[in-house]
Amino acid sequence: MKSGRWTAWAFLAPVVLYLAAFYAYPLYRNLDLSLRNYTVRSFVQGGAPFAGFGNYAQLFESPTFGPALAHTVVFTLVSILFQFSIGMALAVFFTQTFPLSAMLRALFLVPWLLPLIVSASTWSWMLNSDSGIVNWALGLAGAGPVNWLTSPHWSLVSVIIANVWIGIPFNLVVLYSGLQAIPSDIHEAAALDGASGWQRFWRVTFPLLRPVSAITLLLGLIYTLKVFDIIWIMTKGGPTDSSTTFATWSYRLGFGSLLPKFGPGAAVGNLLIVIALAFGLIYIRVQRRQEAR
Amino acid sequence: MTRRLKTAAGVALTAIMLFPLYWMINVSFTRDTDMRASPPHLFPFGGTVEGYRAVLDQQLPYLGTSLLVGAGTVLLTVGLAAPAGYSLARLRPRGGRALSFVLLIAQMIPGIIMAMGFYAIYLKAGVLNSVPGLILADSTIAVPFGVLIFTAFMAGIPDELTDAARIDGAATFRIFRSIILPVSRNAIVTVSLFAFLWAWSDFVFASTLDGGGAHQPVTLGIYHYIGNNNQQWNAIMATAVVASIPAAVLLVIAQRYVAAGVTAGAVKD
Repeated sequence: MKSGRWTAWAFLAPVVLYLAAFYAYPLYRNLDLSLRNYTVRSFVQGGAPFAGFGNYAQLFESPTFGPALAHTVVFTLVSILFQFSIGMALAVFFTQTFPLSAMLRALFLVPWLLPLIVSASTWSWMLNSDSGIVNWALGLAGAGPVNWLTSPHWSLVSVIIANVWIGIPFNLVVLYSGLQAIPSDIHEAAALDGASGWQRFWRVTFPLLRPVSAITLLLGLIYTLKVFDIIWIMTKGGPTDSSTTFATWSYRLGFGSLLPKFGPGAAVGNLLIVIALAFGLIYIRVQRRQEAR
Repeated sequence: MTRRLKTAAGVALTAIMLFPLYWMINVSFTRDTDMRASPPHLFPFGGTVEGYRAVLDQQLPYLGTSLLVGAGTVLLTVGLAAPAGYSLARLRPRGGRALSFVLLIAQMIPGIIMAMGFYAIYLKAGVLNSVPGLILADSTIAVPFGVLIFTAFMAGIPDELTDAARIDGAATFRIFRSIILPVSRNAIVTVSLFAFLWAWSDFVFASTLDGGGAHQPVTLGIYHYIGNNNQQWNAIMATAVVASIPAAVLLVIAQRYVAAGVTAGAVKD
């Protein structure tokens, strides 16, 4: 059916054109930015000289590169570790049937649905050094006040705390639906065999949940690498780079000052794309393999 | 554990999780003079609505812009994604799988990188700081997701529904409009909800592409508040409360669609 194929592509044409104009072209522009030596003037008027990989070389030599890489890795891995384990514990808890469980589970979604600027500014005020509720509670417990957002030792911890809070709902919902898919007679059989709750989780549930867990972790990885809003709003990556990740570094170079460095900013962004896509391809492979099963 | 104890534990866990929300609401009612009190005012008794008055005075234009941007993004996203999902799910052209793959990849590109490319393009085209420009950029967050949701949903519509129409000689477009679209209401709702929520919450595109605009969304309204460092935290938190209303409304009226959207693509049915 020749005409059928034409019709099919006629329905797809708007999206294909859209992807070309508003995905491929911005990405191409971004690549072009990273390979040229831009000034504010040439950014507006064009004609910036080709710089090859000069911008990238400049990044690797920058004193920010090492810390930004380390913070990106720590931020991503620690966030995911806590989001996933807390989300898993809650998902297992909510598979039990008790009054109000569906409603409470729904309420857990709220942090994930809030605009990030709302969550980030609320956490900023809660973690305020002098008047924040967190330091007040620490004081009750006898611990000294912590300069959560203004001390270079704590700024990364602070943004990780906020990010874990935001990420728990996603992990909870996905893992919960994974748990729902496990037939309950498997549990009953294990219980009849005398397995304790703890054993049932580690020997039965966890292995069966491995495919869903893999997907959750990989999606979490891709999402967390992208996180920009929370860090920027809470600390702007500071003080002095102490919570700078690739995402905030890229933004700061391109938009954070009156003298934008679009070339290096775009170069950092492209490094981030490469990392995200590497994990993205692993994710797609894992998912395809599961579908093939 | 008895069921009642479990409920108590569940309520306690939920309370801990939602404490930041409570605190946001509490601070939004706290008087300026009590803001730095020690011990902090844990309950909003004897509070003030000063913060909300500030929202009414200063933030209404921002909220209006956000509504407009959200609505525009929903229309654009559904308009682009529904026909594409129909084609991928039911007409299955050659190359369709490759396109689905591209859409999956597209979702993984960090927004900050798209923002820089858009900035360069918009600057040259002269559409920086415009509402249509922001709608277009915001739609890139939702369109790939939308196509994938529509594809998954429309693939599950039974063939009998469309076969009868085809025998009657209905054209492909009529089948799409009169049969597929009405049946796909749930998918349309899910995609619209998320497109609206993402556009409403967007900060990256707003701050880069609309930072100097005459019409700015509420995310920038809050950001300017914090940036001005006026320490009027009741006004900041009141704006945050108002900006959270769409999320709350969504959860109340459309909870099952929300859960469906979160798990879409992550879990095999």
